[in-house]
Amino acid sequence: MKKENQPENRELRVRRIRNGTVIDHITAGQALNVLRILGITDRSTEVVSVVMNVSDRKKDIVKIEDRELNPEEVDEIALISPDAMINIIRDYKVVEKHKVILPSEIEGVVRCMNPNCITNTDEPVKPRFAIHRGDGVELHCVYCGRIIADRIVDFLI
Amino acid sequence: MKPIRHVINIQSFSRDEIDTILDRAAQLEPIAHGTTSDILSGRILATLFYEPSTRTRLSFDAAMKRLGGDVIDFGPTEGSSVAKGENLADTISVMGGYADAIVLRHPREGAARMASEFSSVPVINAGDGAGQHPTQTLLDLYTIRKESKLNKVKIALVGDLKYGRTVHSLAHALSMYSAEIYLVAPDELRMPDSIKTNLIESGIRITETKDLDDVVGVVDVLYITRIQKERFPDPGEYQMVACSYKITEDTLKNAKDDLIIMHPLPRVGEIDPGVDKSRHAVYFKQSFYGVPVRMAILSMVMG
Repeated sequence: MKKENQPENRELRVRRIRNGTVIDHITAGQALNVLRILGITDRSTEVVSVVMNVSDRKKDIVKIEDRELNPEEVDEIALISPDAMINIIRDYKVVEKHKVILPSEIEGVVRCMNPNCITNTDEPVKPRFAIHRGDGVELHCVYCGRIIADRIVDFLI
Repeated sequence: MKPIRHVINIQSFSRDEIDTILDRAAQLEPIAHGTTSDILSGRILATLFYEPSTRTRLSFDAAMKRLGGDVIDFGPTEGSSVAKGENLADTISVMGGYADAIVLRHPREGAARMASEFSSVPVINAGDGAGQHPTQTLLDLYTIRKESKLNKVKIALVGDLKYGRTVHSLAHALSMYSAEIYLVAPDELRMPDSIKTNLIESGIRITETKDLDDVVGVVDVLYITRIQKERFPDPGEYQMVACSYKITEDTLKNAKDDLIIMHPLPRVGEIDPGVDKSRHAVYFKQSFYGVPVRMAILSMVMG
C-alpha cells in the first residue's frame, strides 16, 4: 500500500499545469475566499483547480490555467493568507515566484462593518480601506473611519 | 490650479492650520457682531441639510451673509430631488454648478468624504451621522482659547463619550495642545478604546471617572454633551443612561473661579437654567463663536 505523500499520489491529486498561475501556501481553509478575492465565480471561464487541506491540513493550493495574475490582483490575498506564494507557470516551468505583499490600501474587496457607512448604500462608491499593521492587520474605512481588526474574512464582498 | 480645500474632518488639520483659522476668526469677530464686509461678495454657498439643524445651518448662513456672500439652500429633503430618489453623488455634482462651496449635513458616516470626491467645489462637513463635525470642533477650540486657555488646558468631557461625535473630534484636537483630559461617563457611554489609545499614544494624560464631583474642582473647562437618543441603536440602553449628569449651581460649589462650562447645544436637561447667569456659563457665547469661526472657514475655502 502506497503512502499518501508518495510522489505518484500527489501527482494525481494536484495536476501540473502547462501555463497559468499557481497560488501555493494559502492558509488552510482559505482557498475559496482566495477565489472570492480574485473574482472567480461560477461564471468564470478559466480552468481552476482548488486543493484544500494538503500536507496534513497545513495549506491550500489554487491553480488557474492560462491566466497570469499580476501583483495588483493577487496582493489582496495577503489580507487572509499572508504567506501565500504566487508562481507564474509557462510551459510547465516556474518563471516567476513571489510572496504576496499586503497593499497600503484596498478597494472593493471588503465591505465596511459599519451599517451606517456611506459605502453601505446605493451611492456609486466602492468601500475603500487604508491598511495599518500593528500586532495584526487592521483595515481603516477611508470614509467613516471604522476599523476592522479581526474576522476580516467575514466582510469579504 | 489650486487644489480644492475640503473640510471633512479635524484629523486633516495640523496645529498650525488650526491656529491660523482661530487667528482669522478673531480678526473677523467684530464683523460677526453686527456689521458686514465684502470679503465673499459675489460668492454663493449651498447648504444641504439632510438632517435637522438650527445652530449649524443658521450660523453658516449668518457667516456667509456677514461676509457679503449669498446662500442657497435646498430646504427640507421632502421638497427636493432627494424625495424623487436622487443619490447624494448626483446632488453634489449638480450643486457644483450652482455654488462656490457646499455645506453638507447627512445621516450617513463618510457622506462628506464621498461628496468631496464628486464635488468641483469645496465641501464643508457639517456633521455626517455619528462621524465628524469639524467646524463644531474649531468653534469649541476658539471658545476655549478665548474664554480660558487652550495650551495645557485641564478639561472634563462629560456625558455621552461613546456616540458623541463632538467629544471624539475635540479630544483629538486637544491632543495637539497638550491638554489634560478627564473623561466622565457612565459605563455604558465610555469613550471607545480606539480613541483613548490614540490620545495616550499622542502623549495625553487621560483620567476616567463616573463621578462628576471628582473633577469639578480640578478642571478649567467642563464640556458637557447631550445624550443623543437618535444615536442609540437600542432604546432600552438610552433609557438607562438618559439624564446621567446634570449641572446645577450646587454642582459648582467647589469649582475654580475661572471654570468655564461649555455645551454644543441643544441641551435637554444637562444644565439647569439657574446656571445660565453664572460667570461659568459660556455655552451661549460658544454658540455665537460659531459665526466668526465659520466666517474664517468660508473665507479660507473660497477666498
